[in-house]
Amino acid sequence: MAIVEAIRPTTDALMKTSAPKKPANLGQILRWLLLFAGGIAMIMPIAYMISTSLKWPHEVYNVNLIPREPTLENYTYVLEDGRFYMWFWNSIIIATITTVSNIFFDSLVGYTLCKFRFPGRYIIFIAILSTLMIPTEMLVIPWYLMSQQFGWLDTHWGIMFPGLMTAFGTFLMKQFFETVPDDFIEAARIDGLNELQIWWTVAMPLVKPALAALAIFVFLGNWTAFIWPLIVTNSTEMYTLPVGLSTFGDEADVAWELIMTGAAISTIPTLVVFLIFQRYIIQGVVMAGLKG
Amino acid sequence: MKFYRNLTIKQKQIVWAWGFLALPVLFYSVIRFYPTGNAMLISFQDWNLLGSRTWAGWDNYTKLWHDPVFWKVFANTFIYLLLGTPISLVISFVIAYNLDKLRFMHGFLRMLYFLPFMTSAVAMAWVWRWFYQPVPIGLFNNVLASLGIPQIEFLRSTTNALPSVLAPAVWAGLGFQIIIFMAGLRAIPRSYYEAARIDGVSTWTVLFEITIPLLKPTIVFIVVFSSIGFLRIFDHVFNMTTQDPGGPLNATKPLVLMIYDTAFTGFDMGYAAAQTVVLFLILLLVSLIQLRILRDR
Repeated sequence: MAIVEAIRPTTDALMKTSAPKKPANLGQILRWLLLFAGGIAMIMPIAYMISTSLKWPHEVYNVNLIPREPTLENYTYVLEDGRFYMWFWNSIIIATITTVSNIFFDSLVGYTLCKFRFPGRYIIFIAILSTLMIPTEMLVIPWYLMSQQFGWLDTHWGIMFPGLMTAFGTFLMKQFFETVPDDFIEAARIDGLNELQIWWTVAMPLVKPALAALAIFVFLGNWTAFIWPLIVTNSTEMYTLPVGLSTFGDEADVAWELIMTGAAISTIPTLVVFLIFQRYIIQGVVMAGLKG
Repeated sequence: MKFYRNLTIKQKQIVWAWGFLALPVLFYSVIRFYPTGNAMLISFQDWNLLGSRTWAGWDNYTKLWHDPVFWKVFANTFIYLLLGTPISLVISFVIAYNLDKLRFMHGFLRMLYFLPFMTSAVAMAWVWRWFYQPVPIGLFNNVLASLGIPQIEFLRSTTNALPSVLAPAVWAGLGFQIIIFMAGLRAIPRSYYEAARIDGVSTWTVLFEITIPLLKPTIVFIVVFSSIGFLRIFDHVFNMTTQDPGGPLNATKPLVLMIYDTAFTGFDMGYAAAQTVVLFLILLLVSLIQLRILRDR
């Protein structure tokens, strides 16, 4: 694709600004101030969510951002009944297993399509590519019927089976395996490694940045996934965080400080991960966005 | 093993390739292709999950054609698209364009804009829902009240509810689009700008004659990507209107929510499947048309 070619060299340079070094003038200062104000506005919903989760009920309707007497009472209350622990755990299990599965299978398929010549290669390629055009929403009804038939409703397996492999991840990985020189693979073959060993020990380490990008996308996607877990689960113990939070929000009614606490519990982990791995995540998003 | 050893290198490759692909091929057949066919089949059947499946021909589609709720939902879905895509495109471009020109605390500013992308739609839908509540609960109306401005009915008004639900969806997607735009801006060769500067071309001319035309692949990508997102909007709508999903009076209901309701509240599987097929066709058409228009120009 043209866009891939156009942007390829810049993903690594993205971390540095390309703006020329110029003495600050009024225009630049104004531009900075406006963008700063905009940036602060962007994080206001997140800031208010966290701030309200630290407020006592009587202070919730106050618009001040800094709680007058910050308290962790809401967290104790919300965590005490144990449901958030279960939902958190369910989300962790599902997002982790799905990520591992995608890392393994998407790169295996991408590698095979990229580096092997065999009859049927083109058909497989087109078939997997065509699934990108099928929206999840079209598949939820058949998936539901399938789950009902096989007893997968309300199980972890039921929540995660549709996402174990993705066409998006497969193409992302295929694009990156193109950058692995065939000579490396030939050399490994001459050294007597079998194909599985070549893929795992030679090719995979060379595409680590892509694997990281894929892992971020798959994990975040499953951590925040809503419609399918909502459909396939029906007992409180099986809910994922988004589904649990949705029902909790209805139940808490006007206790907004508790709802904000629940929202914070499901958001803070991804924010912390982002702040630690910012550099890799932004690079990964650009790579995945442009190559997938 | 003897059989394997007698194969040529080329034949061994074929064995390995199909060995690697065996499980994935099974997966894509059973979890992607079979359900696609099945959804299309069910759309021609009448089935409420418990009773028997009977052939209904085009009944579900004609029912959809005559269903006033469907047309309301159809219009809503396109309003989400027609408001959401241009608004988020313009905002993210303006931010990316200006952010690209700054050095001071560049990374920090970028982080502020990107952070919302890492949040979960459900959690943020509840935060925004709180913002929209009337006085004395909601933040927006409290701020308006303190400034002496009359209240705005956000989620309870049939005209304001849809843009109110759309706002957090646009907000959450901006960070991604800004990052993609910035990558696109970096890819434009510096020499073009140098040449323009030597010729004494104005900043606006540079923007419209160099920057925007050269960003076309990036713009095509963002338009198609965000359009598909807005046509499939669900999480925000569902969570901001849980007491009456898609309300008030279906004012915010998008197609995916109608599908969810028909299938998992009404258990009218045939009718819901017909709606999913329509969604599929809309997504297909919109992406093809956009690729066509934006490629040609």
